[in-house]
Amino acid sequence: MSIKTLTSIGPANKIARSEESHPLTWRLRDDAQPVWLEEYQQKNGYAAARKALSEMAQADIVQTVKDSGLKGRGGAGFPTGVKWGLMPADESMNIRYLLCNADEMEPNTWKDRMLMEQLPHLLVEGMLISARALKAYRGYIFLRGEYVDAATNLNRAIEEAKAAGLLGKNILGSGFDFELFVHTGAGRYICGEETALINSLEGRRANPRAKPPFPAAVGVWGKPTCVNNVETLCNVPAIVGNGVDWYKSLARPESEDHGTKLMGFSGKVKNPGLWELPFGISARELFEDYAGGMRDGYTLKCWQPGGAGTGFLLPEHLDALMYAGGIGKVGTRMGTGLALAVDDSISMVSLLRNMEEFFARESCGWCTPCRDGLPWSVKILRALERKQGTQQDIDTLLGLVNFLGPGKTFCAHAPGAVEPLGSAIKYFRSEFEAGVASSAAPATTGQFVPA
Amino acid sequence: MTQTTNSNTLIQTDRFILSEAEHAAIEHEMHHYEDPRAASIEALKIVQKARGWVPDGAADAIGEILGIPASDVEGVATFYSQIFRQPVGRHIIRVCDSMTCYVGGHESVVAEMHKQLGIGLGETTHDSRFTLLPVCCLGNCDKAPALMIDDDTFGDVQPDGVAKLLEAYV
Repeated sequence: MSIKTLTSIGPANKIARSEESHPLTWRLRDDAQPVWLEEYQQKNGYAAARKALSEMAQADIVQTVKDSGLKGRGGAGFPTGVKWGLMPADESMNIRYLLCNADEMEPNTWKDRMLMEQLPHLLVEGMLISARALKAYRGYIFLRGEYVDAATNLNRAIEEAKAAGLLGKNILGSGFDFELFVHTGAGRYICGEETALINSLEGRRANPRAKPPFPAAVGVWGKPTCVNNVETLCNVPAIVGNGVDWYKSLARPESEDHGTKLMGFSGKVKNPGLWELPFGISARELFEDYAGGMRDGYTLKCWQPGGAGTGFLLPEHLDALMYAGGIGKVGTRMGTGLALAVDDSISMVSLLRNMEEFFARESCGWCTPCRDGLPWSVKILRALERKQGTQQDIDTLLGLVNFLGPGKTFCAHAPGAVEPLGSAIKYFRSEFEAGVASSAAPATTGQFVPA
Repeated sequence: MTQTTNSNTLIQTDRFILSEAEHAAIEHEMHHYEDPRAASIEALKIVQKARGWVPDGAADAIGEILGIPASDVEGVATFYSQIFRQPVGRHIIRVCDSMTCYVGGHESVVAEMHKQLGIGLGETTHDSRFTLLPVCCLGNCDKAPALMIDDDTFGDVQPDGVAKLLEAYV
């Protein structure tokens, strides 16, 4: 096999790492080549799976993950142990599925790609242990179609694991059977929403499903199903292998969240990249010490802590701590923890126009506020960008921020779309006002009138 | 055989028949799932891989194998952005249009492509060499702007590098 430089090569391959402090990334190679089975096992790989399958009862694994405080790493941050605990206790419901959400499409998110391209066995091991805990007999990795190298590497890792008796029937003599498949998607951001993902896996249009029932009760093909993000599942082996006390010692004391997180900074910073860091470091540390601050000639105008669906923050908010509650204190969500620096050369109106074009295009069209509201916001933002806006436009946008907000749509797509819009208007209102045509008639009413 | 008329309406004259290889590949995929329907997206991708796009008749042929209505297959085919229901170029350029690539200047890369190839997003060159499409964040954000040409991913793409990038794809 020819040596190919993976696109996920970056600073995570180069910083000092240790098994004790970097459970996700310590096995990465400096040359970013994939870690195959032999090397993975030399680096203590599958030791946690052996422990889980031979020494631990299924309920013990669930309890360990619950006690660790592990939270979902896909952006929503729901406690993983609690989600696992929702699976039915009824033993007669013995067809259960574990799905890995590897549909990484959130703008500014490039963490799962690195794990899957370079450490495919870490995900396989994480899924094996998790499947054992959840009594799932089959797992699917729902991978976006564009991650061609991740698909190749995951499939090779699965073949290696099968040949070594780590997947298939009677794994490691435990009597536990588990088979794992890679399912590649065909586009559409909405597939990352967990119930849309289930519909897509079933070969349907990826519209979200009504909840309840939650997937733990009625999931893929009507069976109990657990959907976890790649990075979440990759945390499981170290938690099971090293224990809860060790895991809880990883984060900074100021953090309420536990463990490490793949955090990043992109935009016109000196050293854009991805690093495994403890929860509770400040955004300033991430921005200045790791990303190196802004490139010469650019100043930081604002930043987003974790993906397109999180709100904008100002440079003064960089002292916020990177964990859910820390970012919550300054008014938005941590999301994926991969931050974007917006520099002073960028117009907020144009940036939001770009973002809302994306959200409008990727709306599945299932519910009206999202299907109609997002294109409306695009129309207004394009007008403001051309300096042809009307006096009412900003009020209309704020009305949309309200009407498309949490609890008013079928899924979290539209709330995610309007969170950055609301914060951009809050902090940079004058830029939006500057898009109003100079000849525009003054607003007849300051009130937002629904169409 | 397919023809494109002046009004750009596609007339498909031949009856669509799945090749044996396509048929076998779809049958193989079906067995990875509890329900054959789950293979519908993969079946469309199998057809597209062999032919570049998915002609009208494919929905009937796939529906027949999977035991589901052709309208369901068509519903899936038109939902997913990476299933092409009209002919595309020999090479697909997917330009990431996430806000990170916007900050990195992807619009100037798209403008340069338009200058060199005479096509905008969603269009195919007259010689059927390239189709240019926008794509959701490619997960290459530390190397923005990013794009893919077929299965190859490129980072830190700047307008002055576009000509050299395209050269390799004939």
